[in-house]
Amino acid sequence: MVSVLEELGHSVEFRPAQTCCGQMHYNTGYQQEALPMMRHFLEVFRDAEVICIPSSSCVAMIRDHYPKMAAASGDAAQKLAVKDTLPRIFEFTELLVDHLGVTDVGAFFPHSVALHPSCHSLRSLKLGDRPARLLNSVRGLTLVELEQSEECCGFGGTFAIKNADVSTAMLSDKVRCLLNSGAEICAAVDNSCLMHIGGALSRQRTGMRVLHLAEILASRNKQGAME
Amino acid sequence: MSSYVGDAAKAPKFQTAAKALVQNTQLRHNVKRATGVIRNKRAKVVDEMPDWEQLRDSGHEIKQHVMRHLDFYLEQFETNCKAAGGTVHWARDADEANSIIVGLVKAQQAKEVIKVKTMTSDEVRLNGALENAGITPYETDLADLIVQLGEDKPSHIVVPALHRNRMEIRQIFLDKMNLSELGDQPEDLAAAARNYLREKFLRVPVAISGANFAVADTGSVCVVESEGNGRMCVSLPRVLISLVGIEKIIPSFQDLEVFLQTLPRSATGERMNPYNSIWTGVTPDDGPQEFHVVLLDNGRTKVLADREARETLDCIRCGACLNACPVYRQTGGHAYGSMYGGPIGAILTPQLQSMEHSQTLPYASSLCGACYEVCPVKINIPEILVHLRGKVVERGDAPFEEKMAMKAAAWTLESPEHLEMARKLGRIAQRPFVDKGVISHLPFGLDAWTRTRDLPAMPAESFREWWLKREKETGV
Amino acid sequence: MSSAREEILERIRDAMGGSTPSRENDYAAIPRNYVRHGSLDAEAKLELLVDRLHDYGASVFHAGDGEIASSVAAALKARGKSSLLIPRDLPRAWLPDGLQFFREGSNYHEVDASEGVLTDCALAIAMTGSIVLRHSAGEARRALSLIPDYHLCVVFASQVVETVPEGVQQMKTFADIPITTIAGPSATADIEMIRVKGVHGPRTLDVILVA
Repeated sequence: MVSVLEELGHSVEFRPAQTCCGQMHYNTGYQQEALPMMRHFLEVFRDAEVICIPSSSCVAMIRDHYPKMAAASGDAAQKLAVKDTLPRIFEFTELLVDHLGVTDVGAFFPHSVALHPSCHSLRSLKLGDRPARLLNSVRGLTLVELEQSEECCGFGGTFAIKNADVSTAMLSDKVRCLLNSGAEICAAVDNSCLMHIGGALSRQRTGMRVLHLAEILASRNKQGAME
Repeated sequence: MSSYVGDAAKAPKFQTAAKALVQNTQLRHNVKRATGVIRNKRAKVVDEMPDWEQLRDSGHEIKQHVMRHLDFYLEQFETNCKAAGGTVHWARDADEANSIIVGLVKAQQAKEVIKVKTMTSDEVRLNGALENAGITPYETDLADLIVQLGEDKPSHIVVPALHRNRMEIRQIFLDKMNLSELGDQPEDLAAAARNYLREKFLRVPVAISGANFAVADTGSVCVVESEGNGRMCVSLPRVLISLVGIEKIIPSFQDLEVFLQTLPRSATGERMNPYNSIWTGVTPDDGPQEFHVVLLDNGRTKVLADREARETLDCIRCGACLNACPVYRQTGGHAYGSMYGGPIGAILTPQLQSMEHSQTLPYASSLCGACYEVCPVKINIPEILVHLRGKVVERGDAPFEEKMAMKAAAWTLESPEHLEMARKLGRIAQRPFVDKGVISHLPFGLDAWTRTRDLPAMPAESFREWWLKREKETGV
Repeated sequence: MSSAREEILERIRDAMGGSTPSRENDYAAIPRNYVRHGSLDAEAKLELLVDRLHDYGASVFHAGDGEIASSVAAALKARGKSSLLIPRDLPRAWLPDGLQFFREGSNYHEVDASEGVLTDCALAIAMTGSIVLRHSAGEARRALSLIPDYHLCVVFASQVVETVPEGVQQMKTFADIPITTIAGPSATADIEMIRVKGVHGPRTLDVILVA
């Protein structure tokens, strides 16, 4: 992500103090435990011009739940901080396509790729065709159709542990569709899905691997120039 | 007085039930196939509607409105139903509903009743109460008949025998209907059901139904169906008893224009289901001459009191969320231990039971949101699931190991120093388990993930370290 | 049972707590941006209805105003029948000679033994192919249009509306009488989701469309 943005001429800052948006705790019912994480997040990114997050589920957590959490906390400063920060937050493909108006980042990646639209990107952020447009502009890349693409991969945060059997069953359907697509690589905008899908692709020795969209967009040919 | 939902209080944890069901290949095949068929049908008739989203919005708002004024509308319904010759009873909980209904049947000296379209009767365990009183109930919905004869449990809100294929159904009919032979085509099975039930429709003097909608401004009741047994039950017997959850009320007859469009398209993928029966009170010379409505609470007022979960009561029982749910597709309805299964079941069943049982149901979801997308009244099921999970934790009902793990994780994620410490520790702790960058086995109880999936090892250099190194090198 | 009633109402009031907006205003504020009126002309509307009727397997006989009786005869001939039950107030002019029509008896088994039933209707909804029966005195009571295996229904073009909201609007005007809406012969998809026609209601539905 850093390489893509810098290649486009932007300066990227990383604040090592950041920890976590709190989604895992919030979604598992530990909403109280998520509050300090929200507070910390808002503090760390207080005056950032643009906040780029390469994870649609984190962005969804912040957009869908931070306002509610802040309101429930009764802390007026928190409410203001949320209101102030939200408009500056972008998921990675939103940043590229909407904010920077770019679909071609000059990437070269001569492989076949199936795109798994993670649930948060599909239904919460409604990213639509942004990821596909970015991939379609990558030279050498073949974007392959994925059947039943909108089905959840079965990760669901702690669901993957608490309901491991069902999670694995859902994953097996996703893997079957991915293998049927014939693609070399499964891409997505969420590392959580990728860790899950990749975990099965690896365990089953399928010969297919996973990559985050950003990794693909950062690919150049050996000379580092555009093809 | 306590509310219960069938036998859900005794049902095994979702994870336990699911584990067995996921290994039942016939079931998974049946469920996957059936839900696939309905989903496609639904998509087709929904895509036809340019005003589908507007219908959803209105459906949502109408239901929300009713919940805000439920006392008024219940009283209005009662007044209008009574004025038309009906009798309205109120039941605080399941036992009271059963006692009222058994009393009404006994007053007729009837030994048999025919039943149609009432999951609510399963909720209150009506059949058991009737049988204890020496009264035989006959289910007349084909799927409920299959379930009753098969001594089974329903697995779907709209298609309760979805988990059975035709061969299994044929065997059940052969055994229980005393048939010497029976074809195996769906037409043969439907014909067998027709013969078996017809003489009952024409003879049994008391029917018990549910209601899809109870209209406040006219006092009417509406039953939505496909087979014709609904029409049979609500218009042939001498006495009709309708068990109606208090959330079934809609304000005005005109409001049917929304729900009669969204319900059939969502439930069975049809523009309109074959039959809707709408009646008000008693009509001289036509149909039952005695009509009773039993309004049921059984925990619904408790759901009403929870502002964040109140919209659970908006449900019109279309079943679309079950068909869309990737979890339901893998397990079928029995995993939920309740006649209300799938996404809506995961939020309704625990709440009706005051969260005392079914704590695992709110976790039976990956929060993918497919249910919310298809709900015709826009119930934000994922949001309510997370809210109920909060209640489970708040009540202290979360498993001990989980609580400890979440506490440790919260400590780790609260500050960058803690996170750094955990990262360093993790890198050391993982070493015995890493092979070529992959962890395929974790010890003790930590293997829920690694039983079926590999885990990437922590990278040799974290992003953080790479960044800080680069900063130092470039002086930026 | 008044104590149960009072208790439930009290629980509801407790559950809501605080004040809620005036009910009438609240109800009026409900957004209704869905389609409430049709846009098809009369001919297109009828075509749509016929298309939907065919879609669920009903035969449609077209008739001019004075041709109802002959259409009834044609339908009976096509179905190999020679008699039908009829409700009390069905117009005599609709009954062709040479065939038998019985005013219904009160016995369900008699009705069950009949060859079929002929009725009029209250209205029809083109978009869904729905026929709406109004069961007032003199018109077909519910058992009559339900128990026989064959239902022949007369629908006038002037009775056809395009959309469900328009249909409900009309139904509202006779909502104190029992109403049945019919959109096809009885069916079930409970067996492997395969649609099977003909469970309990009339397995065959024919329509005489009078234009």
